[in-house]
This record gives sequence, structure tokens and C-alpha cells, in this order.
Amino acid sequence: MLDIKNLNVSIDDKEILKNFDLKIKSGEVHAIMGPNGSGKSTLANVLSGRKGYNINGKVLYEGKDLLNVPIEERAQRGIFLAFQYPTEIPGVNTNNFLKTSLNTVRKYRGLNELDSLEFIKLVKEKSENLKIEKKILSRQLNVGFSGGEKKKNEILQMTILEPKLAILDETDSGLDIDALKIVSDGVNSLRSENRSFLIITHYQRLLDYIKPDFVHVLVDGKIIKTGCSDLAIQLEKEGYEGVGEAK
Amino acid sequence: MKEQELKKVKEYKYGFTTDIESIRAPKGLNEDVIKFISNIKKEPSWMLEWRLKAFKRLKNLKEPNWQKPKYPKINYQDLYYYSAPKSASEKPKSLSEVDPKLIETYKKLGIPLQEQKKLSGIAVDAVFDSVSVATTFKDELTKKGIIFCPISEAIKNHPELVKKYLGSVIPITDHYFATLNSAVFTDGSFVYIPPNVRCPMELSTYFRINDSETGQFERTLIIADKGSYVSYLEGCTAPMRDENQLHAANVELVALDDAEIKYSTVQNWYPGDKNGKGGIYNFVTKRGACRGKNSKISWTQVETGSAITWKYPSCILQGDNSVGEFYSIAITNNHQKADTGTKMIHLGKNTKSKIISKGISAGQADNTYRGLVRISSKADNSRNYTQCDSLLMGNKCGAHTIPYIENKNLTASIEHEATTSKISDEQLFYCNQRGLNQEEAVSLIVNGFCKEVLQQLPMEFAVEAQKLVGISLEGSVG
Repeated sequence: MLDIKNLNVSIDDKEILKNFDLKIKSGEVHAIMGPNGSGKSTLANVLSGRKGYNINGKVLYEGKDLLNVPIEERAQRGIFLAFQYPTEIPGVNTNNFLKTSLNTVRKYRGLNELDSLEFIKLVKEKSENLKIEKKILSRQLNVGFSGGEKKKNEILQMTILEPKLAILDETDSGLDIDALKIVSDGVNSLRSENRSFLIITHYQRLLDYIKPDFVHVLVDGKIIKTGCSDLAIQLEKEGYEGVGEAK
Repeated sequence: MKEQELKKVKEYKYGFTTDIESIRAPKGLNEDVIKFISNIKKEPSWMLEWRLKAFKRLKNLKEPNWQKPKYPKINYQDLYYYSAPKSASEKPKSLSEVDPKLIETYKKLGIPLQEQKKLSGIAVDAVFDSVSVATTFKDELTKKGIIFCPISEAIKNHPELVKKYLGSVIPITDHYFATLNSAVFTDGSFVYIPPNVRCPMELSTYFRINDSETGQFERTLIIADKGSYVSYLEGCTAPMRDENQLHAANVELVALDDAEIKYSTVQNWYPGDKNGKGGIYNFVTKRGACRGKNSKISWTQVETGSAITWKYPSCILQGDNSVGEFYSIAITNNHQKADTGTKMIHLGKNTKSKIISKGISAGQADNTYRGLVRISSKADNSRNYTQCDSLLMGNKCGAHTIPYIENKNLTASIEHEATTSKISDEQLFYCNQRGLNQEEAVSLIVNGFCKEVLQQLPMEFAVEAQKLVGISLEGSVG
């Protein structure tokens, strides 16, 4: 699914990711944990195509080079980023945005576009699962949403767009325990053999609900340790420094 | 060359020229030309006198120069003030007599003139350069007593109405361009809705400038008698020419007691090329009088075209409890400039006005909102709400908001809100990440920004206008 080889990323002259390697197979759930400034969000941004980075190295997605593909095409091909800070877009109705987005992606995948009725039915079902209040969807995109509502809205978009590779950038931060559980249930219900997840987080807490296949510890732009989900528990106890020394 | 032409046509799809033989007045502005116009239109003598009075006045007027967008001096002697397709010199009696070339032109513009292919529920008056070439649905409207015809016809057939109302909202002494228009106006639409009649369809005029070196000076007069209602829409396009062409129209609206006029404009005159060469100077005077009590006039404009747009559709709120509204979207891209807004003149008691203005600037364009809210000493308990939002794209364009508020009454309530925002890279990235390309993202964000205004358009045109908003800004981010 995703194969990152010797990836170097910098902004201006500041190196952020250094000789970074990561392989994600279909159906796998990978968690990346690391302290502030270790390069976690940069990784999410580079994979989704955000501009402003100097990038060297190779990233293959479904066997094809990814780095030269425009942002929207990456999304159409199934890469989804759940934003750490979802952007507010005043004036744009949330439902309308979702519908436009879904139909663009469906068109790319050779599926028929959904009409308003079909779309409303789909959204109703998915948003009920996530316990999202209907009135939120008729509001302006992310405008005036609480932190939890914004994050749930990201997960709603993910369940509707059905990506192949979902990247969750600190989706758990700012969530209370109930919201965290709802979000995790949403992710778990999407787990399947042909969908992979890359979950970026500070805390082990999220991984109590979403059991990853692999946990990677990212420090200073490099993966210093990889393990199974137990590694997250060890991290919580010993901190990044402890794990780093253990290496 | 061919490819270049094609590319240009893609940028402005209405930029073609119709090759048609035309009759023109001699070049220049003088009494003889005015007599020529009046004569060719077979006008009664009172009309010619009216025109000449305006022309006399014009000689003592100076072109205003206070607007923000400056332009090179216009040589008024180097223009044609009348140009009409030869085939239309005798107004065709029915659509079957209209020159097929003209029918074809309007078809290309998306305006079917054959009634069997009627635009659902919309009556159209088509004005080509200086003449009206066709008006649809006349019979159906006549049954209800509604008059919808070219103003040149109204002058002959309904002189009592024209004499009473023409110039009653925009006096011939008003200002340079309005007075110029009064002297040389050629055609435009006339609408009269009798008392207590609700006009059963949208009335629409489609203005087309075709000939080169001509100015278009149209004149529209709409009268809604007591208790009546009408919704009217105008659309405009012009070929792509390297020269700047002048369009100086006068539009007068009169609403009597309990009457309502909704006037919508989708203005898409040729904006000039990417480097700012050519394009229409759209210097238009639009004014409505809420003359009766409880009357209402609502202006909605979507201004996407023209090299320079300079206009202030206004409401004079004379009748007690009358309401004036102004909803505006002004989009300027590349080298386009706009100085537009409104005037709300509160004279009657309990009068209300609402101004919603959305200005969007991209490229090297410059967009100014200029508006006047005046509450007179007798306008007790009047209210105004103004909201001006500007959206900037890129860092070479400008947005300016110049509100003038004059209040002479302590019971008035006046609110003014203004915002300026920019489409951020974060917003674009967010949209891109959800599968939308740059242009779709811009169109979505801008349409969201203008939503309150687009909602005011008649439904048939709202969709078109949305697309137009997207197209006007193509290539503005990248």
C-alpha cells in the first residue's frame, strides 16, 4: 500500500524527517508516537501533498510514485487526512461540502454521483453512528464547531469517503473520553483488509481503543523503535527518553 | 493566431462578433446626431425636444472624476451613438420576421427567442446594439394588462406613461453620464404593471453590444402601479475588442403604493484581456423610487464583467414604510476595476433599507464599495443595516470600503458591518485534500462567501450565476 524509502524533508534549512523509512501493507494499522516537534505532522502533510517542504526520497503508493501527484488526485486515489486542526470555511455548508467532495471522489473512481436524496440518506446513517447532531451538518464548515465536533466531522468525512489509506493526525487531542470512544468506534468499524491506517498521536490513550498492528516511536525525524501495541504502554510508563535509551 | 483566438474564446465565451450589416448614425455627438436618432426611431416631437434639452444641459456639465478607477479621456466625438442591424430597421412584427442571424446570435448566448423553445416562464426583450430586436410572450402579458416592450415603442404607443415617469427618478439634469444618456439613448425596455397585478413570469432584457466603436446607451423604465409585483432580470455580453467601449445606461424604477419591484442584473460584459486591454466601461445610473407607501424595491446585482464597473443602484424611500434592498456581488479579476455600491435615501417614516455587498478581488484588480445611507429629518424610525464583505485572492489586488452615513433624525437606527478576508492556503489545502481541484475549491469558497446574495436571484439564474462566479475567477490562484 505505502512504501516510504529514505525520505528527507526540510523547511528552509531545518531538517524535519531524516532518512525516514516506513512500509504499510493493506489492512494494517500503524501508530506513530513521538514528542512535539519530532516530525509527526510533517509526515502527514507530506503524504497528503501539502506544499512548502523540500522533499527528497521516494514514496510509493499502490506501487506508484506519490510525490509528484497533485493533492486532489491523492485524495481521489484514496488518501485521506483527518486534520489536527480542521480548517474553518465560512459560507460553505458542511453537507454541501461533503456532497461535493464525495461526488468528486466517486467520479474519479468510476462510480455514479449521488443525488441529494441518496446523499442525505447516507449521511444520516453515518452521522447517527458517530452521534453527530444533524444541525451541525447544516452549519458552515467547521465554523463555530467545538473541538470535539470538528474531530467527529473529520471522522464522518472519512467514513463517507471510504479511503484506502487514512491518516489521522492527532485526532484524539482535545477529545473527552466519550468522544474519544465514539471516534475510535468509527475508526474500528472501518478497519478492513483493503484499508490501512496511519495514526499519529501523543498518547497511548487512543490506542486502548484502536489496537494497532505496529507502533513506531518517532524522535527527531527518525523512527527509533518499532514494536507491537505493548510498546505504547511501555512508552506511557517510561517516556520517549526511556524508550530511546533502551534502544 | 487561430489557437490564440480559441484560447481567448475559452476565457470569455460570449466574445464572438455577429457579422451583420448595420445602419449607423454619423460619428460624433451633436444636435444632428440626436435628430438622426429621434428621426430613425420615428419619435414624436416632444421626445426630440426632451433629448435636445438634455444635450443643452450636457454642454454645461463636466465628466465626474471622483471615482477610484481612472480611465483615459473618452473622445465623445469619436463614437457612434446609433448602430442597428439593417434588417431591424423596420421592427419585425413577429418572431418569424426576425433576421435568422440575430436569432442565431441569441441562441449562441443561450437566449432562445422562439417561444416554442421558451425559457420556462421568462419573457425576453432582446436589445442588439441600439435596437430591440425581439420581445417574447407579448400576447400572454397583454392579457393581464402588462406592458412589456422596447422603450422606443412605448414612446409611440404609451406617451402618457412615458411622459409622466421618464426622467422622474433620474432627472435629465442629474449628472454627466445620465444626461448624456438622456440625450442619445437608443433602446431598452419599458415595463408597466397595472394595479393589483402580479406579473406571472420573470421579465428579462438581454443586452448585447456587437458593433465596434459604438457606445450603448440604453434606457429602461419600470413602473409598478399600486399593489403590483414584478421581477425583472437583465443580462449583458459583448464581443472581445481591443478598444474600450462605453456603456452608459439609465434605469428608472417607480413603485407606487404597496407595489414591489425586484430587479436583478447579471452583468458579464467583456472584461478586457489578461493584460487589461479592451473591455467595457460600464458607467450606469440605476435608481428606483419607492414613491408609494409600503412599497419595496430590491436590487440584486452580480457584476463579473467590464473593464471598469461604476454604478450605484439606489433607492429613494419616499413612501412611509417603504423598503429598499441592495444585494451585490462584484468580482474583479486580472486588471478589472469596480467602484460600486448603492444609495439609500430615507425620506418617509418607518422606512427600512438593507445593504449586503460582497466584493471579490483577484489578480491585479481593484474593488471599491462606496455607499451612501442618508436619513432625512422627517424619516422617523428609519432603519438601515449594511454589511460589506471583501474577499481578497493573492497579494496584488485591492479592496476598499467607503461608507457615507448622513443622519438627520435621532430616532434612526443605522448599522454598518464590514469584514475583509483572504482565501487562505489552509482552506485550499483542506478542499484539495477532499478531492477538489484548485478551481473547484475557489468556486466553492467564493460561492459560499456570496451565498446571501446568490439566494436573492430568481432560481433559473442562480445556477448560472454560481457557475459564472467560478469561471470569472479561473486561474486566479495557482
